[in-house]
Amino acid sequence: MKCDEAKAVIERWIQTHGPSRDQLLPMLHALLEEIGFIDNAAVPLIAQALNISRADVHGVVTFYHDFRRSAPGRHVVKLCRAESCQARGGAAIEAAAAQRLGVAMGETRQDGQVSLEPVYCLGLCAIGPNALVDGRPVARIDEIILDRIALEIAA
Amino acid sequence: MNPGEKNKVFISRDMASVALGADDVARAFVDAGCEVIRTGSRGLFSIEPLVEVETEGGRIGYGPVGVGDVASVLDGSHANCLGEIASLPFFARQQRFTFARCGIIDPLSLSDYAARDGWKGLNAARAQTPQQVVDAVKASGLRGRGGAGFPTGMKWQTVLDAPANPKYIVCNADEGDSGTFADRMLMEGDPFCLIEGMAIAAHAVGAAHGYIYIRSEYPFAITTMRAAIDASAHLIAPFTLEVREGAGAYVCGEETALLDSIEGKRGQVRAKPPLPAIQGLFGQPTVINNVLSLAAVPFILAEGAEAYAAVGFGRSRGTMPVQLAGNVKHGGLYEIGFGITLGELVSEIGGGTASGRPVRAVQVGGPLGAYFPPSMFHLPFDYEAFTQAGGLIGHAGITVFDEAVDMAHMARFAMEFCAAESCGKCTPCRIGSTRGVEIMDRIIALRTPPRAAPVEAGIALVFGGAGKQKANESHAHQGNLGKALYSRSPDRIDTSLEAQTTLLRDLTDTMKYGSLCALGSFTPYPVLSALDHFPEDFGAPAPVKELRNDLHPRN
Repeated sequence: MKCDEAKAVIERWIQTHGPSRDQLLPMLHALLEEIGFIDNAAVPLIAQALNISRADVHGVVTFYHDFRRSAPGRHVVKLCRAESCQARGGAAIEAAAAQRLGVAMGETRQDGQVSLEPVYCLGLCAIGPNALVDGRPVARIDEIILDRIALEIAA
Repeated sequence: MNPGEKNKVFISRDMASVALGADDVARAFVDAGCEVIRTGSRGLFSIEPLVEVETEGGRIGYGPVGVGDVASVLDGSHANCLGEIASLPFFARQQRFTFARCGIIDPLSLSDYAARDGWKGLNAARAQTPQQVVDAVKASGLRGRGGAGFPTGMKWQTVLDAPANPKYIVCNADEGDSGTFADRMLMEGDPFCLIEGMAIAAHAVGAAHGYIYIRSEYPFAITTMRAAIDASAHLIAPFTLEVREGAGAYVCGEETALLDSIEGKRGQVRAKPPLPAIQGLFGQPTVINNVLSLAAVPFILAEGAEAYAAVGFGRSRGTMPVQLAGNVKHGGLYEIGFGITLGELVSEIGGGTASGRPVRAVQVGGPLGAYFPPSMFHLPFDYEAFTQAGGLIGHAGITVFDEAVDMAHMARFAMEFCAAESCGKCTPCRIGSTRGVEIMDRIIALRTPPRAAPVEAGIALVFGGAGKQKANESHAHQGNLGKALYSRSPDRIDTSLEAQTTLLRDLTDTMKYGSLCALGSFTPYPVLSALDHFPEDFGAPAPVKELRNDLHPRN
């Protein structure tokens, strides 16, 4: 069960790094890495472990874009929406990507195969439009590269 | 070469190079029996993936290189032979103070770093008193490279003079501005340089621990910095360092929001005073500097403050690693002394647009920077000159747009971005940005004739012109946009174009002077500069000086 998994991660984190409040973000990153998202059920566990209120934890989890609160797709495509990629046709690629992958920006496809997420700048600004496909950087995205990404995601 | 000796080749492991296929190319060279050394990037992305082969006459570069090109690179017959990289026009004029090693050395090799003047600055600093180090930084004229341009030495002096203990060194590596990547390149290509700069700062102010706050969008930089900290721990001791990973909040690039984020809180901006130099991280005196500011320090201590201050323009001393981005032919990192003009950077060094169409606008300084038309390309790169022209240098990213760009759409995007990234603490930013999106939607709906849809921008680049029919589809206002358009009852407000433009100016004025930090108070820069320099996109007549056929063939 997810809750037990979360509990294990939190306990392990506290054992190595101690229960100080500034460990909240690193701990949330650890949860993200191991479980994929921050389950609502994990919020009171984190609060107790760090001796802060549930509201505090909830406030932090909901503030940062990275801390998604539901399970992502099996594949995650983070597509850059920032100015430099827009200057290189990013908006057209965004529309084409949504169509090709069959999922709207910011959502997970119904079959759970892929999430398409916006990202604001990957620092590859001279070779856009860019994306992170399951953590791997991809540059100069055009229709051919989109096809390749779509194939990867179908696998 | 002696028989049996392996060919030695250098291939970048920078995130940009990897995005262009450098990993596959490196694997192909390993399979061919070469010794492959992974470096940072030289900084010119039109020649990546770049392979440099070691010869008796120095390194010979080839790029871009594909996976199937191994044999032709090794026998020297490859068509993209570039010769010695440093003598290419893009590199010949640069003044690489901060990025001297980037692209040349193995980023995680302590011996490579030491062989190229590494730790020279730290050793020089440790032979001096803290006050002497602070004085050297003051004398260099170094100003904060994160955007505000505050004198670094003065900040350090405040922390040195603060009686409280412990003190902290925090590096702001939350490089969220679109069009900037210098911090990322340095952390991936020469991490010890940043570590050395932070160790010097620690010695100068009496700090024992430091944090590097890196945005989560830079996974390569996070891994490289962590490895570099482990490798160099014994050299910077008793000073200790750790990396903290951001979580996708742009506003955490604001220094006080960043401090709150390290403390494990929402990344909300603090009111100043107290200054972070007096009450910063955990309420203690804190030096918080940008990556480039800290990475400039080893040079200053090693070569002397005068050597650094000798380069520059007016009150902007030293070099700036300028980043050419967006729709530009030769994009990349160009480190040069202040004073070079915007036009030289965009047209001569950048080579104009990648799409081959005329440049219509450049945005300098990220999402909060102003848009400038080519008629302002005479501006020298200098903090004061840009402020006077109604803009800012920011982190020195220049994003180039071709003539397909719709400036009203870009103004709307600036407001939308501010609304999405606002920390919510102050009203002008939190609510003003949302009202700004609504006003921009009304202006876009009202202007006649409507410009072509924004998705056309740069479309020739990716689709070769085939995507035009797609352009209009996404132009229709849907969902929240539709709601935003009609969020106030039209009979109670004047919805004429002129009234809405006046309202927009009024709103940006409130945001500019009423917001707590740069996010709310600088969002007016892109909006107003677009409105002032490109009024034709907002349904107003074009300014006379811009009615040049070569700039706007459509108007």
